Amino acid sequence: MSTTTTARRRPRGSGLRGREAAAGWLFITPVLVILGLFLVLPVIMAAWVSVSDWTGRGSPFSGDVGFVGARNYRTLVAEGGLATQDFGTSIRNNAWYVVLVVPIQTAISLFLAVMVNRKVLRGRGFFRTAFYFPSVTSSVAITVLWLFLFSASGAVNKILSYLGAEGPNWFNDPRGVLHVTLSAIGIDQPAGALGAHGFLGITWWEWLAGPSFAMSALILMAIFTTSGTFMLLFIAALQNISGEVEEAALMDGTTGWQRFRYVTLPMLRPTLFTVLTLGLIGTWQVFDQIYTGTQGGPSKTTLTPAYLSYSASFNNGHWGQGAAIAFVLFALIVALTILQRFALRERNTVPRRKRFNQPPPAAGDTPPALPTSTGSQP
Amino acid sequence: MTTTSAASVAARGRSALPRPSRIRTDRSIVRRRVATSLTYAVLIAIAVVYIYPFLINVATSFKTDPDAAADPLSLVPATWSSAAYARLFLRSEFPVWFTNSVIVTICVTAGRVFLNSLAGYALARVDFRGRRVVFAGLVAVMAVPGVVLLIPKFLVINQLGIYDSYAGMIIPLLADAAGVFIMKNFFESIPRSVEEAAKIDGAGTFRTFWSIVLPMARPAVITLVILSFQGSWNELSHFIVSAQSPELMTLTKGVAQLASGALSQGNQYPLKLAAAAIMTIPVAVLFFVFQKRITNASTGAVKE
Repeated sequence: MSTTTTARRRPRGSGLRGREAAAGWLFITPVLVILGLFLVLPVIMAAWVSVSDWTGRGSPFSGDVGFVGARNYRTLVAEGGLATQDFGTSIRNNAWYVVLVVPIQTAISLFLAVMVNRKVLRGRGFFRTAFYFPSVTSSVAITVLWLFLFSASGAVNKILSYLGAEGPNWFNDPRGVLHVTLSAIGIDQPAGALGAHGFLGITWWEWLAGPSFAMSALILMAIFTTSGTFMLLFIAALQNISGEVEEAALMDGTTGWQRFRYVTLPMLRPTLFTVLTLGLIGTWQVFDQIYTGTQGGPSKTTLTPAYLSYSASFNNGHWGQGAAIAFVLFALIVALTILQRFALRERNTVPRRKRFNQPPPAAGDTPPALPTSTGSQP
Repeated sequence: MTTTSAASVAARGRSALPRPSRIRTDRSIVRRRVATSLTYAVLIAIAVVYIYPFLINVATSFKTDPDAAADPLSLVPATWSSAAYARLFLRSEFPVWFTNSVIVTICVTAGRVFLNSLAGYALARVDFRGRRVVFAGLVAVMAVPGVVLLIPKFLVINQLGIYDSYAGMIIPLLADAAGVFIMKNFFESIPRSVEEAAKIDGAGTFRTFWSIVLPMARPAVITLVILSFQGSWNELSHFIVSAQSPELMTLTKGVAQLASGALSQGNQYPLKLAAAAIMTIPVAVLFFVFQKRITNASTGAVKE
C-alpha cells in the first residue's frame, strides 16, 4: 500500500504538477478552515453541550461541567413541564406557519412567474422588479413596517374597515384563527379526547388552534417577502422550456390551461421540487421576525423552535436545552426534507405510468407495442 | 351565441364564407382584448400590493406621531416633519450602527469574493488529491440549516476569544459554500485553452487565476458581490451571537431593538420607519443598479 502510493506520488510530488497540487490546497484552505471552525466544530461542540449541564459560565469543556446523558432532551420532549409545553407550543406555531406559507408562496410565485414570463406582456421588467423588491430588503426592516401596517389602527385594519369588517389587533391577539372560526359556528369547547389528551405537553385542542392572529400577520409577511425570490427561480425554469414544445402543444389544439397543466407544469417539476424544499427548510427557521417583532408573544403564540433555542440559552442560561432544541430542529428539518423527497418522487412516477397505460385499451394490451401500432395507423 | 350561429348558418346558406370567419375573428379579438386587460388589471393590482407598503414606509417616516396614527394609509403627510431623521442622526446611536454595518459588509463582501473564487477555482480547475472529498464535504456543509448553528456558533466564537469583536463578526461570514459553487460552476464554463496558453508562458497557478481567469469571471463575481452584500447587510442572527457591546451594534440589531421598544416611549412609528427606510436604501440601490442582471433570468447570473 505505502510503496504504491509513494511510487505514484513521486512523479506528482516533483515539478509542475506537485506545485499545482500545493496551490490547489493553498487556494481552498481558507474556506475549509473557516467552514470547519464555524460550521463543523460548532456542531460537535453543541452536541456535547446538549448532553451536559453547562450553565454558560467558563468553558463547556472544563472539569466541573458534567455529562447528563439525554436529560436535556427528555426535559424537552417527555417530562411535560414548562420546558416541554414551550417546546410543544413552538413546534405547533411553526408547523402552522410551514403548512400555510410553503404551499401559498409556491403557488403565488409560480403564478407570478407565468404571468410575467409572457412575451407579449408590456412592462415585464417593471412587474418583475415590483414583485422581487420585497425579497432584497432586510427581514428587520420589513418586520418594523409590518408592525406598523398591522397595528390596531394601522393600514390593514383601515382597509378592512372600508370593506365593512373590523380587523383584530393583530400583533396583540393570541387567539388561534381556527379556534375563532370554530367558535363562530358554535364550537367553543374541545370535544372529549381532544381536550383530555395531547402531545408535547399541550392538548390536541391546542394543537388545532391554528396560527394566532399575530402569527397570521407573520405568515402574510413571509409570503410577501419570499414569493419574489422563488418567482425568479420559476422564471429561469420557464425560459429553459423551449418554445417548440409549447408550439407543438398549441398545434394539437390545447387550451391555455391544458398547456400549462400537461406541458409546462411537468417540465417545471425539478424547480417545483427545489422551491418546496427551500421553502420547507427556510420556514422551519423563523427567527429574525420573532426577535424583532414579537419575542414569542402574545401568549407564546409566535414562539418558534429557533427563537426558543436562542432565548433558552441566552436569556435563561439553559444552554443544554438550547443546544438540544437546535438538534431536534435539525433532525426535524432533515426528516421532513427526506419525507418530502419521497412523497414527491412517488407521485412523480405513478401518473406517468398511468398516462402511458391509458391509450392501450384501444390499441391492444401490450404497452410496449404502442408506439409502432400508432405509428402504422395513418 | 344563438344570433351569431344563426347568422353563420344564414351566411353559409348564401355560400359566402368570409363573413362567418370574420365574425369569429372579431369575437376572438374581443375576447383576447378582454383577457389582456384582465391580465394587466390583475398584475397592476398585485404590483400595488407589493409596492404600496414601501411607499407607506417612506411617507410615514416624514409624518408626526399623531398624524401617523390618525391616517396610516395616506402617502402625503399632513405636516411634513423630518424630526424622525433628525433624532436618528443627531440624538441616537444610529450613526454608529450604520458605520458598523458598512464596515462589516465591505469586509465580508471583499473577503467572500476573494476566498470563494479561490476555492471555486481550485475545485474547478486545479488537479489535487482529495478534491472530490472536499467537494463532497462542501455539499454536506451546505445542508446544515443556519439557525440551528446559532447557539453552537456562539460557543466556538466565545471559545476562540473573538467574541464581541469585529473579527468574530466578520470571519465566520467570510466563507460560504453556495458562493464557492457559483464560482466553481462559472470557472468550469471557461475554456481550458485560455489557461494553458498562460501556463506555457510560465505563469504560476495564482498568477493564472488572478490576472487571467478571474477577470473573465466578471459576471459570476458580480453575482457573488450582490449576494454577499445583501446577505451581510441584512444579517441579524450572527451579530446577535457574536457581539454584545453597543459600539459593535449593527443596523439590523439596533433597529430590531428599536422595534421592540428598547429606546422609546409610545409607538414612535415615524422614527422606527425612518430607520427601516434608511437601512433599506443601500440594498435598494444595489438592486436597482444590477436590476437587469438580477431579475433577468437568474440562470444567466450563474452561467453566462
